[in-house]
Amino acid sequence: MLTLTARRNERLSRRNLLKGSAALGGALVIATHISPPAFAAETAARSQPAPMPNAFIRIAPDDTVTVIIKHLDKGQGVATGLTTIVADELGADWPQMRAEFAPANAALYSNLAFGLQGTGGSTSIANSWMQLRSAAAAAREMLVTAAADQWQVPASEITVEKGVVGHPPTGKTARLGTLAPSAAKLPVPQNPTLKDPAAFRLIGSREVKRLDTPNKITGKTIYAMDVKRPNMVYAVLARSPKFGGTVKAFDASAATALPGVVDIVRVPMGVAVLGTTTWAAKQGRDALNIDWDFSKAETRSSDAILADYKKRAAEIGLPAVAVGDTTKALASADKVVEGEFEFPYLAHAPMEPLNCVVELTADGCEIWAGSQFQTVEQGAVAAVLGIKPEQVKINTLFAGGSFGRRATPGADYFVEAATIAKAWGGQRPVHLVWTREDDIRGGYYRPMVYHKVRAGLDKDGRIIAWDHHIVAQQIMEGTPFEKFTVRNGIDSLSIEGVPDMPYAVPNVSIAMHPVRAPVPVLWWRSVGHTHTAQVVEVMIDDLAHAAGKDPVEFRLALLKDHPRHAGVLKLAAEKAGWGQALPKGRGIGIAVHESFKTFVAQAAEVTVADNGTFKVDKVVCAVDCGIAVNPDIVVAQMEGGVGYGLGAALRNKITLTNGEVDQSNFHDYEPLRIVDMPTVEVHIAASGEAPTGVGEPGVPAVAPAISNAIFAACGKRLRSLPFSAASQQGA
Amino acid sequence: MIALNINGSTKDVQVDPDTPLLWVIRDELELTGTKFGCGAGLCGACTVHLDGTPIRSCQTPISEVGAGKITTVEGIKGKASDAVHAAWTNLDVVQCGYCQSGQIMSAVALLSQNQSPTNADIDTAMNGNVCRCATYVRIRAAIHQAATMMRA
Repeated sequence: MLTLTARRNERLSRRNLLKGSAALGGALVIATHISPPAFAAETAARSQPAPMPNAFIRIAPDDTVTVIIKHLDKGQGVATGLTTIVADELGADWPQMRAEFAPANAALYSNLAFGLQGTGGSTSIANSWMQLRSAAAAAREMLVTAAADQWQVPASEITVEKGVVGHPPTGKTARLGTLAPSAAKLPVPQNPTLKDPAAFRLIGSREVKRLDTPNKITGKTIYAMDVKRPNMVYAVLARSPKFGGTVKAFDASAATALPGVVDIVRVPMGVAVLGTTTWAAKQGRDALNIDWDFSKAETRSSDAILADYKKRAAEIGLPAVAVGDTTKALASADKVVEGEFEFPYLAHAPMEPLNCVVELTADGCEIWAGSQFQTVEQGAVAAVLGIKPEQVKINTLFAGGSFGRRATPGADYFVEAATIAKAWGGQRPVHLVWTREDDIRGGYYRPMVYHKVRAGLDKDGRIIAWDHHIVAQQIMEGTPFEKFTVRNGIDSLSIEGVPDMPYAVPNVSIAMHPVRAPVPVLWWRSVGHTHTAQVVEVMIDDLAHAAGKDPVEFRLALLKDHPRHAGVLKLAAEKAGWGQALPKGRGIGIAVHESFKTFVAQAAEVTVADNGTFKVDKVVCAVDCGIAVNPDIVVAQMEGGVGYGLGAALRNKITLTNGEVDQSNFHDYEPLRIVDMPTVEVHIAASGEAPTGVGEPGVPAVAPAISNAIFAACGKRLRSLPFSAASQQGA
Repeated sequence: MIALNINGSTKDVQVDPDTPLLWVIRDELELTGTKFGCGAGLCGACTVHLDGTPIRSCQTPISEVGAGKITTVEGIKGKASDAVHAAWTNLDVVQCGYCQSGQIMSAVALLSQNQSPTNADIDTAMNGNVCRCATYVRIRAAIHQAATMMRA
C-alpha cells in the first residue's frame, strides 16, 4: 500500500536537495547540480521549461521514487496527478511512487501560469504537464545512459518499464534505485525525448489509485489544524463585526480570568486571545468586551447594496465589448428576451477552518499551513516581520478544502498569525484558528453580482443582438494582483464567460459597472463563471424557447466553430436521453460552458411537485479536459463540482443587515447534504489535447442546467441564485 | 482530574468539566483524527463513538462522558470498520479528506446496526455529516459496497 505523508518537521530546501543523501535519509537526488534558474518569475510563463529532474524527482536506493509536489492538494487530487505524470514518463511502477510537498521556493517551484508559487485557476496539471514530463524524461535518459555504460551496450537497446531498466538482447535488468547513484553523476540532458502518448500506461488509467486515501481514512493525515509544536499556544482573533471597523477600546478582564487563557494581544485587525487549547482561546475571545469604531466600515444592508447595483445597471458602464450596433439591432428585432439575474455573496466554507502555525526562529520564521500561495505568503509575512521573504519557511500540508479561500492577494490569515506572533514578542509558536463563525462572517466572499441582459431574435429565430450589463465589486481591483487581470478598469474575473461566450451574435454590447465597497471579495470555485454561466445559459435557453427551437439544436447551430463545446453538449444530451417524453412535473435542462480551458456540459433532471418544490434527481456531465491524466479523479472532480455548485444554487447566500453578516454557521449557511445529492453520471470526451484543469469547471453549468430543467418541467423561470431567494417566489 | 476510557485505554485529563470532548481529544490527548468543523453539532466532522453510538464530540461536555467507552477514528476496529475502510479505498471516496473521519465513524455505526441499508437509511444516518467536496455519491456507493462485503 502506498502512503503519502505530509511531514510536520522535515523540510526539503534547495540546499538539502543539493546535499543529497545526507540530508534526505539515504535518498540520492538525481544530478548533482541544478540548472541555473531559467525560471525567473517574469519569464516563467513564456519560457519553455528546462528539465529539472533534481528539483522534482528523487530516486532513493530503496527504489522509491518521490515526486516533489509544487502545488497544494486541497482535495482535487493533484498530488496523485503530478505523481502519475512523472511515473509514466519515467517508466516507474506505481507502487514505488511517493509524493511530498515542495518547500516555498519560487525559483524552482513557480506555477508557470502565474510566475509565482501558487495553486489556483485549475492550472496545476496544465502548467506541470510538460515541465514534469521533461524532468522525468531527462531522469529516464540518465538512468538509461548509466545502464548502457555499466553494461557496455547501446543506449538505444535499453527499455524502462514498470520500474525496471532492461536490455532485452542480453537479458540484463536493474531497478531504478540501483542505477540512481551512477545516473546522478551524469549531466542533465537538455532536450530529452518524450514518450509517445500512445505508450502511456498510467496516464489515462483508472487503475491508478489516489495516494492520499490510506491516511485520510484512518485519521493519520496531518492538516495544519493538527500541527502541534512544542510550547505552542492557540490564538482566536476577535475581528470587527462590520467590515472595515477597528478597535476603539476593549475590556479583557473577564477573558483573562478564564482557565487556559495565556494572554491578550491587540493587533490592527482586532484583539487576539492566546490560550493553551483552542477551546480556551475561543472561550476567552467570546468573553472580550470590545468597543468598535465603525466610522469607515460598511454599514449598509445587502438589500440596499443590491438596489444600488440595479440603479447602476441603467448607466452606461465601461465597455468590455462593443461590436456592431446593438441598439439598432434590438430596435429591429422580431422578439426581445430580457433577463435580470441577482447573485449573493458566498462564503467558501472549506471543511477545515482557516488556520496556520507561525513560529519565529533565529533565522526568521517557519509556517505550517495548507499553503496555496506560497510566494505571496512569504512576501506578506516577511513584510510584517521585517525579514526577507526567503527567511519565511513554509511547510505546505494537505488542506481540508479551499475552493479559493486559502489564496488571497494579501495572504490575510498568514498576516494575522504573523502579526499576533510578532506583537506577542515571539515567545512561543502561535496557532491561529478561525472558528466556523469567523469563516462564515469573515468576508473574502464570491462578490454579489447583478446582471441585466436584453437579447434580440430576428423573424427566423436567429440571435441578432446581445446587450449585457454586469454590476459587481471586482475581485482584483485595488490588490497587488490588479495588473494581471484589470484592463481599462475592467477585471476580467468579473466578466469571464460573457465576452468569450461561444455563440455567434453579430451585435454585442457588454458593459461592466465596477463597484467599490469594504466587503472583501475573492475568487470562489470557478470565479466569474459562477454567475456568468447561469446568465448566458439561461438566456440562451429562453432565446431557444422564444425562437420555438429545441435548446440543444439551437445551441448546436450557433456552435459550428466550437467543436469542443458542441462535442460535450452532444455527449451530455445523448447520455441524458435528451428528447425523451417525460411524465408531468419532470424535466431535463441542459447547459454547456467553457472555463479554465475545459469544456463541460451538464444535463439535469428534476422533479417539480405540485406545491412548487423541486428535487434534482440526476445530473449527467460530459467533460473535455484534453488528456485525462487520472480519469477517476476527473470523475470525482465533476461529481464534487456538481455538488458544490448545487449547494450554492439551492440555498446559500451571505446577506448583511446594517453591515453585519446575518449568517454564522452551517444552520443558516447550510451546505449541501447527502440527502440533497443527485445521482451524477460523468462521461469523459476522448481527447489527445494537452490536459487542462478539472477542479473548477464542474461548477458553472450546474445552476443553469437545473434552472432550464425546472423551466422544462413546469414553465417557471428561476434566474437568480439561490433558487430559494424570496425574490423569485411568485416570479 | 477526569479519567477517560478512550480507544481501550484510560487517560487522565485535567480540564474544566464543561470542556467539549472534542477539544480534550484533540488538544489534550493529541488524537487529531477527530476534526473540528463547526463547533455546533452541524457538520459531523467531530463524530466519535460513545459506547458504540455516534456522537458529536464538539457538543459533548467531558462531564457527560463518565465511564463510557470512547472510540475515535484511530481506534475503530471490527468487521464494519474493515469493510468501510476497504470500500472507501476501492472507490477512492476521499477528496480533501477532512470530513472523512466523521463520515467513517457514522458509516461504521450504521453498518454495525444495519447490514442492508437502503439509500434512505444511508441518507438518514449520514445526513449530519457534511462534505464540502460533495463526495456523497461515493459515500453512498461505498456504504452499499461495504454492506455487501459484510453480508458475504
